[in-house]
Amino acid sequence: MIEIKNLHKQFGNLEVLKGIDLTVNRGEVLSIIGASGSGKSTLLYCINGLESIQAGDITIDDIRVHDPKTDLNKLRQKLGMVFQQWNSFPHLTALENVALAPRIVKGKSKTEATEKAIEQLRHVGLESKINSYPSALSGGQQQRLAIARALAMEPEVMLFDEATSALDPELVGEVLDTMRMLASEGMTMICVTHEMSFARDVSDRVAYFHQGIMEEIGPPEQLFNNPQSAHTRNFLSKVR
Amino acid sequence: MEMFSALRPQDLWFLAEAAGKTLWISTLAISSGTLLGILFGWVLSVSGRLGSMTLGAVLDVFRSIPLIIQLVLFYNLFPIIGIPLDPFTAGTIVLSIYTLSLVSNVVRSGIESVSQDLRRASRSLGMSYWQDMRHIVWPVGLRAVFPAWVGVALSVLKDSALVSVLGYVELLRASQILITRTQEPLIIMAIVGLFYFFLSYPIARAASMVEKRWQQ
Ligand SMILES: Nc1ncnc2c1ncn2[C@@H]1O[C@H](COP(=O)(O)OP(=O)(O)O)[C@@H](O)[C@H]1O
Ligand SMILES: [Mg+2]
Repeated sequence: MIEIKNLHKQFGNLEVLKGIDLTVNRGEVLSIIGASGSGKSTLLYCINGLESIQAGDITIDDIRVHDPKTDLNKLRQKLGMVFQQWNSFPHLTALENVALAPRIVKGKSKTEATEKAIEQLRHVGLESKINSYPSALSGGQQQRLAIARALAMEPEVMLFDEATSALDPELVGEVLDTMRMLASEGMTMICVTHEMSFARDVSDRVAYFHQGIMEEIGPPEQLFNNPQSAHTRNFLSKVR
Repeated sequence: MEMFSALRPQDLWFLAEAAGKTLWISTLAISSGTLLGILFGWVLSVSGRLGSMTLGAVLDVFRSIPLIIQLVLFYNLFPIIGIPLDPFTAGTIVLSIYTLSLVSNVVRSGIESVSQDLRRASRSLGMSYWQDMRHIVWPVGLRAVFPAWVGVALSVLKDSALVSVLGYVELLRASQILITRTQEPLIIMAIVGLFYFFLSYPIARAASMVEKRWQQ
């Protein structure tokens, strides 16, 4: 459902993505690993049109993301995104954080948006925090709130950009569990991650990015046990 | 005939009326200056380096020239080009522009206080630019710079006393008239001080109540 062809992305003179070809199928969980600065976040931003591209093509269900005629606000409803910094809306309660976009973007009634939001908060285990402000939540809870907020838009794909990297180690588990749950429910997911065990256990395929190039992609067993590229082997030997 | 006369009860009424004028001219200046300041602050935040430097420089002129000089210049220049202005109009315009120049900077820093990441998060949910502005940037930025805006409003309230140099009988001017007549500067200044206090204090109180409510 996501098709990326010969994607090139530059920031000024810095070429960050140097021709990426990648297809993600419906229901698939793809993990992206790689050193910091290799262009993983930028790829996610290009997929939902938060960054422009210089060459190539990205289509989502045959809609071209970077076509000027594409209504990005509409397209983004299909794509939930969770960031490294959880980015809770600080002035809104957990419930309002989740209910806001369905109400103003999808035009749902207040009651409907609220019901849906409560359901999503329950889904990620935050039913007891409905009326809390983000400042009263732990990092792990805020990240689960961010997941609930994205899910409330009923996206078809979830993009995770190092969702656990900014968390204290003891809070990583609860967020990974939530992500595992989504994967088991059949959500299409692209997860940029440093959690090798998550990548190995949950993903259908793992891609290794190296300096703006997708160096290697394959099932986790192959990529972790029998990497083809020297760069991949080198990277894996460092993170293990 | 006696030159000076003692303070009379109706003098208090005279001062109260003048306080009303202070409040009126300040309210006009603060509200119009704030509305325009929001617009200019937004323009500052979205225009590139060159644009915001140019506009910023113009606004800096109004921020850095003492208000009293702006008032006198403005009041005396307009008759020369054939548009006579009364002190009230001239004072309101100058105070408004002065407020605008202060508020636009407050607004710009309010907008810039909202992190790019947070705005990406709201856009990633499908919010349009203006939905993000209205539902995220405005409330989050407002909370960040509200105290600074209150500071501007209070200082404009006090600086409105300078309009007295044009002959507009607001609180300060009224007190000078009474002092000349009664030769009781201390008492009258004390009363005028109280008036200013009662004008400013409710604003400061209301502001801190609003901030408390936000602080949960
Ligand atoms: N907005 C930007 N402007 C300029 N350079 C950027 C910007 N965003 C990212 N970069 C650069 O692009 C490269 C890839 O960044 P990123 O996609 O964040 O890598 P990763 O997520 O793999 O760590 C880095 O060298 C980074 O400095
Ligand atoms: Mg990154």
